[in-house]
Amino acid sequence: MSFFFEVLLGGLLAGVMYSLVAIGFVLIYKASGVFNFAQGSMVLFAALTFVSLLERGISFWLAFVLTLLAMVALAWTIERWVLRKLVNRPPITLFMATLGLSYIIEGLAQSLWGAQVHGLDLGINDEPFEFQGMLLSQFDIFAACVAGVLVLVLSVFFNKTRTGIALRAVADDQLAALAVGIKLEKLWLIVWTVAGFVGLVAGLLWGARLGVQFSLSLVVLKALPVLIIGGFTSISGSIVGGLIIGASEKLAEVFLGAYIGGGIENWFPYMLAMLFLLVRPTGIFGERQIERV
Amino acid sequence: MPVGALLHIQNIEVIYEKVILAVQDISLSVAPQSIVALLGANGAGKSTTLKAISGLASAQRGEIVDGRIEYQGNDITTTPPATLVERGLVQVLEGRHCFAHLSVEENLLTGGFVHNPSRHKLNQLLESIYHYFPRLKLLRKNLAGYASGGEQQMVAIGRALMSEPTLVLLDEPSMGLAPQIVEEIFTIIKNLRDEQGMSFLVAEQNAGAALRYADYAYILENGRISSEGDAEHINQSEVLLASYLAG
Repeated sequence: MSFFFEVLLGGLLAGVMYSLVAIGFVLIYKASGVFNFAQGSMVLFAALTFVSLLERGISFWLAFVLTLLAMVALAWTIERWVLRKLVNRPPITLFMATLGLSYIIEGLAQSLWGAQVHGLDLGINDEPFEFQGMLLSQFDIFAACVAGVLVLVLSVFFNKTRTGIALRAVADDQLAALAVGIKLEKLWLIVWTVAGFVGLVAGLLWGARLGVQFSLSLVVLKALPVLIIGGFTSISGSIVGGLIIGASEKLAEVFLGAYIGGGIENWFPYMLAMLFLLVRPTGIFGERQIERV
Repeated sequence: MPVGALLHIQNIEVIYEKVILAVQDISLSVAPQSIVALLGANGAGKSTTLKAISGLASAQRGEIVDGRIEYQGNDITTTPPATLVERGLVQVLEGRHCFAHLSVEENLLTGGFVHNPSRHKLNQLLESIYHYFPRLKLLRKNLAGYASGGEQQMVAIGRALMSEPTLVLLDEPSMGLAPQIVEEIFTIIKNLRDEQGMSFLVAEQNAGAALRYADYAYILENGRISSEGDAEHINQSEVLLASYLAG
């Protein structure tokens, strides 16, 4: 039984790592109703910039701040040269734009910093420790705490601050937001910057785990089922979705794998997401379309 | 420009997507502290005219290709919407366009951000909106998406009023509403004009209701102004009926 809980807890903690990536998607989806395909590239760009600065002998915090500035510059460029041209276009147009952006950002990161694999050491001990007879990863617990703080800060931001309320307004109705004098350009810059920051945090944690390399941009694929289960519009949904995915894929691997062969981890989340789409297409916490009759 | 007009439009022509001619040769004025009605059938160009004034036409790929628009004596033909709201010119969109997933109060708040007021000032503004629309105070915590049509119209107007406007452009406030709600809303508009000194340019298909409260009226037909006059005069003449039937 204690083995079961060990697998479960390990899975839950690993799931939080998926949530970190998913939160970046939710932010931009909430503010513009667009699925930002480039989020994975932003994670990669952030991690690669950070690690390259670190390797050039810059201290941890200075590198963090410089990377953050780079993410702001990236957000500014995207807003100025892509989003502003596409105001009030259908969401699919914006989605295609982010698809293109994704490749541009990846290419940019590559031409700036090269294509080799970098190791990243955040100075967190990844040795498992024993808790009530279970072995848990310190690194995962650290990541879970980071995610918890992020969610708390973001939910206060969206519900209590003026910028947050304005962002939700823009997500609901761009034309009406323009009509009441909300400056879309400013808000998009803010939300892409915040998404860049979340991308940086996710990039650091994932980079420390997998090494900073181009496959890092593929973690978005693991964030997809998280988004479908949690709902595209809910930050707490992406946490819950991440927990469900993390726990279920590990449990399936360990307990079902023995019967139907290993490697379940790789496809189980997608199957789970598909089941959710059948039962609850907006996800657990997703906003339903409000239609009055 | 007529002396002392708050808003003056001179021969504007608006084209969408560079090819679709929406309105042509439109001229109209709004005097301070007045209610002006812009009447016409569906597709006559009322919404386009309002959006041209508020700057929202350009967000929908419309363009003012000819003529000019003056507000408080300044040319605003190409001024972006947010700047106009800062200067006291705000539009309430056709079909209400409430932020469905925001509470009624949050909807109102979004309208107040433009001047970056203090928290105290923001609360004062909210209270004054609740004074004119007491029903909204009861609904303040509810999601706007679930409010009734009339309530949503009140939210949309209240939200615009939060910016403390001088001139409000109202697009079809009566659309889809029961007659007594329409009267209620027009009465509030009249009170706002009398007590706050605001001006309103109201686009309406419902000519009967609009003319009862307006001071002056213009009739739009196929993208052009076909006639104008004091509301009372227009109401009694045959031009109105003719314009609707001719369409």
